[in-house]
Amino acid sequence: MGVATPERTVRKALGELQRPAERKTKERVFRFLLFAATVVGVVVLGVLIVSVAIDGVPRINSTFFTNYYSRFPERTGIRSGLTGTLSLMVLTASFSFPIGVGAAIYLEEFAPKNRLTDLLEANVSNLAGVPSVVYGLLGAAVFVYLLDFGRSLLAASLALSLLILPVIIVAGRESIRAVPQAIRQGGLALGGTPWQVASRQVLPAAMPGILTGTILALSRAIGETAPILVVGAAFTRRADNVPWEPLDSFTALPIQIFQFVSNFQEEFRVDAASAGIVVLLVVLLLMNSAAILLRNRYSRRW
Amino acid sequence: MDRARTAAAPAEAPAAHRTGVAVEHAEQRPPSDGEAVFAVRDLTVSYGSNPAIVDVTMEIRRGEITALIGPSGCGKSTFIRCFNRMNDLIPTARVRGEITYHGVDLYGKGVDPVEVRRRVGMVFQKPNPFPKSIADNITFGPKVTGMKFDPDEIVERSLKRAALWDEVRNKLDDSAYSLSGGQQQRLCIARAIAVDPDVILMDEPCSALDPIATGRIEDLMRELQERYTIIIVTHNMQQAARVSDRTAFFTAEVESEENDHRFGRLVEYDLTENIFKNPQDSRTEDYVTGRFG
Ligand SMILES: Nc1ncnc2c1ncn2[C@@H]1O[C@H](COP(=O)(O)OP(=O)(O)OP(=O)(O)O)[C@@H](O)[C@H]1O
Ligand SMILES: [Mg+2]
Repeated sequence: MGVATPERTVRKALGELQRPAERKTKERVFRFLLFAATVVGVVVLGVLIVSVAIDGVPRINSTFFTNYYSRFPERTGIRSGLTGTLSLMVLTASFSFPIGVGAAIYLEEFAPKNRLTDLLEANVSNLAGVPSVVYGLLGAAVFVYLLDFGRSLLAASLALSLLILPVIIVAGRESIRAVPQAIRQGGLALGGTPWQVASRQVLPAAMPGILTGTILALSRAIGETAPILVVGAAFTRRADNVPWEPLDSFTALPIQIFQFVSNFQEEFRVDAASAGIVVLLVVLLLMNSAAILLRNRYSRRW
Repeated sequence: MDRARTAAAPAEAPAAHRTGVAVEHAEQRPPSDGEAVFAVRDLTVSYGSNPAIVDVTMEIRRGEITALIGPSGCGKSTFIRCFNRMNDLIPTARVRGEITYHGVDLYGKGVDPVEVRRRVGMVFQKPNPFPKSIADNITFGPKVTGMKFDPDEIVERSLKRAALWDEVRNKLDDSAYSLSGGQQQRLCIARAIAVDPDVILMDEPCSALDPIATGRIEDLMRELQERYTIIIVTHNMQQAARVSDRTAFFTAEVESEENDHRFGRLVEYDLTENIFKNPQDSRTEDYVTGRFG
């Protein structure tokens, strides 16, 4: 205390704290590269979206939503694709959500720690990376032919459910794991059974995260073309789909867009297709914003 | 200072109580009728192959506040978790020896830990309210234990007993997380009371609280003592001296020369006044006078 620190020594010490110039340039270069990588991705995406919007937005009017497919480009519409996609979503969500949440709860809260569950866990994560067409083939084999659901809404939504189940399970497990142990202990100490504590405290606390994951998974399913194509979506359907008639044949937005694009007429290939893409993008955007809203609104820092 | 007098006074109390002369002894401690709620015999708890606490034998008496004190790591939390079988949740924990609860072996065959916890409540070191409304925090226990109850009534009664009612009566539907730490801890006590347990375990319930909140919880414990048997772990000597009727002092002993593993032992268990003013064991004296370590 008594000995005053010579100012010179302090200044020298501060000098040593500064970054050497060489490291500074290295850091700058690196940061620029990272920035460039980000910009490339965003710019390419932006250009794509803008060009699609320029072609598509003028084509969108009310009859584009209310008309079924027509051979005449100015009269064609996406009504069947839209109702098909919405019905697919409702059915897919109602299959995959309960099963996914159930699996997540089981794996996190009840599964014994042994080889079998380790294997199960590893495979759930692997399944998330399986190409979607594989789920389509599986769906075709099992649901369309084996179970004889036909080329129906039901078969397609079951195939899509298989596709997104691993994503829901992983998201569900993460949010269940994020619920602090103290909540479980509190519930058990009050005389709750493990099941009561899991279902009444842990699950509700994890629900915002689970819902966010589910919506994001569904928004992935909504854009999928390959699996529903394999299961047998119709190309030119002129009827509505509703979730409560699951054995109907069906079509969906991506299929309709695909069908527009395959047409040689420019009014189909460019205008109608772009308009369909814009609608699909808007639906996706709405779902993703809902997921983000949910996350920001209800997510908790434990 | 005056050891003879302070040591002698409490010893008379139970006898007087038994003869039915209750009035003059309203102030006197301990109020116990001598009946053991828990009887612990040769209890050893290990994690894997490491014993955390060894050969504990003691009785917890009805209507008393029993304090468990001792240096960090001597196994107080491990010990208190035996009374409501919370150690069952730790896969490596193994309990040997015997604890009886009103004569029934707690770890006996066919004893359901869920049933045990309905009778033996617990308050944790860090307040851990559920991420729900204040009212929902109270009604969770009664709901899961299948009690028949009127929600409004049980919420009011529990919060009143936990001395929290006046502060929260107008915001029962607010999130429990909107309360201060001290209020949250009292909510956790209210939540434990709501299922009308027989015993309440508290593992350092005030360690996350300021002195004022601590004072309120200590007052509360003295009130709760009329209905419940309380076991409290505390690092705070004054707290043990202020609130408890009996105190158990544990130490952490080194197992052997070559390895550094320590395990806890019960050194001395007596009326709190004796532990603080007339300890029989020099280690107890060192600890309570702050000469420990
Ligand atoms: N879950 C566990 N797994 C393995 N060992 C544990 C576990 N919990 C506690 N222990 C060990 O048991 C011993 C006693 O720990 P315990 O938490 O019971 O002590 P304590 O007296 O409560 O300490 P503190 O005063 O710091 O809370 C310690 O050596 C600790 O490392
Ligand atoms: Mg402890």
